Amino acid sequence: MWKELERTNHLLRRVYAPHLPGTPILRLEHINLRYESGAALDDITFEVHTGERIAVIGPNGAGKSTLFKIIAGVLSPTSGEIHVYGGEPGAHVCIAYVPQRSQVDWNFPVTVADVVMMGRVGQLGLLRWPKASDWEKVYAALDVVHLRHLAKRQIRQLSGGQQQRMFIARALAQEAQLMLMDEPLTGLDVHSQEEVFAILDTLKEQNVTVLVALHDLKMAAERFDRIILLNRRIVAMGRPTEVFTTENLLEAYGGHVHLVYDEDKTLAVSDTCCGEGEEVH
Amino acid sequence: MLTFLLEPFQYPFMQRGLLAVLIVGAVCAVIGTYVVLRGMAFFGDALAHSILPGIAVGYLVNGSGSLFWWALGTAVVASLGIGAVTRNTKIREDAAIGIIFAGMFALGIALISTVRTYSVDLTHFLFGDVLGVQAGDLWLSAAFGGLVILTIAALYKEFLVLSFDPILAQTLRMPVRLLDNILLVLTAVSIVVALQTVGVALMLAMLVTPASTAYLLTRRLPVMMLLAAALASLSGVVGLYVSYYWGVPSGAAIVLASTLIFGVVWYVRRGEWV
Repeated sequence: MWKELERTNHLLRRVYAPHLPGTPILRLEHINLRYESGAALDDITFEVHTGERIAVIGPNGAGKSTLFKIIAGVLSPTSGEIHVYGGEPGAHVCIAYVPQRSQVDWNFPVTVADVVMMGRVGQLGLLRWPKASDWEKVYAALDVVHLRHLAKRQIRQLSGGQQQRMFIARALAQEAQLMLMDEPLTGLDVHSQEEVFAILDTLKEQNVTVLVALHDLKMAAERFDRIILLNRRIVAMGRPTEVFTTENLLEAYGGHVHLVYDEDKTLAVSDTCCGEGEEVH
Repeated sequence: MLTFLLEPFQYPFMQRGLLAVLIVGAVCAVIGTYVVLRGMAFFGDALAHSILPGIAVGYLVNGSGSLFWWALGTAVVASLGIGAVTRNTKIREDAAIGIIFAGMFALGIALISTVRTYSVDLTHFLFGDVLGVQAGDLWLSAAFGGLVILTIAALYKEFLVLSFDPILAQTLRMPVRLLDNILLVLTAVSIVVALQTVGVALMLAMLVTPASTAYLLTRRLPVMMLLAAALASLSGVVGLYVSYYWGVPSGAAIVLASTLIFGVVWYVRRGEWV
């Protein structure tokens, strides 16, 4: 209850944690999360630097969403420490969690602009109404993701790709510096996926750091600076060519993987639990 | 026709009844919007029934003088209690609510049955008696109803985020638990405000029916709240007429009116999304 009151006080007075200069945007040290059924995350340690674009890859149940929720402060780890800009993650509002589309109530009576305005609630603080400058930020964010013309639509009326871009706009309105995107490409057609990547490129120019949970190994290899291969613990981490080795993939995906070599050394992988073939060159 | 419409309101009890249904309609419809959107209908129903033992004890201790305060105290305690139990148990939320709800309701009936002359009053608590509303009750309803509306207006954006995306609420470092509890208490207060008008048994309809009808008609939350309040008030007025001219108990008449409106709107808008 004390924590709740502290949060209330922070939001009323709009106190946010400071960013210590020269520290990485995110550092996890020996993060463990245990349930009665066993370890969900085991000894996770890594650093993320400003402007990086990182793919978090792993089979279903590897703990990708759990890891993101710990970083976002929604779940507390059993042990270990998280530092955001060198400080405790407690009072930061600069981390945005972009939910899986399947987790959202699309019939909720809100418009696209309403949802993006929700990103401003942290900066606004308790008991304050949005000002003209907040609406300007909302529409600026909608411009970045090319959705201004749909601002007044109810959210169900958007396509899958537009829905995903709306949540990116909300993170922009939040002025997030670290974006955690949970399976943003799932269920999108190729064209919509390209649109999302185009926006991610824009974010990179603005030095926004992005962590993306992904299923698609090929896309991870082609479009990301760094890969974290996760299966409850970190199996491998680094540049795509370093991470996607046969041993690493076998270790991460266990028996649920088929490795096929063809003549020009293409490694084909399929994650049988999801029934989709995925390829790495 | 004009006489038909105006005649009932020459009586002071009908005037008080009119004010009561307008206040109750607006308050319950606005809080009901959150009840509907957050899937808390069963919680609302349980909470209404859980008030009964509090009222019974109040009656035993103090006669009918301070029932409002007994009801209010019980409702606030019950809402926080149900909230705590559902968060801290292995039992599924709906089962946990069911256990408390039925247990409390049974206790209320048992307490009331210890006094014979209670039977008439029991019906009032169960089904409401808007025509028996006194001026003092009206003031209390208006004050607490106003408090509910003001709180919802003040915390509008927080409740919106909390209802649409609890994870965002957490990442924005909002005091999620505190806000959740405030919403539960506001629901409890609204139920007590509406107690005398519709009674315990039909309370759920005041919370969910007008809000659901409005949900079918709009895609914006503020509009949904206003529409729900308007529809609830309309149902209240129609219910009063039905009650006056045909002798139907007021609570039942009001609920039937709002159910009828829902049915018509549902039929007209079936299969389409606004």
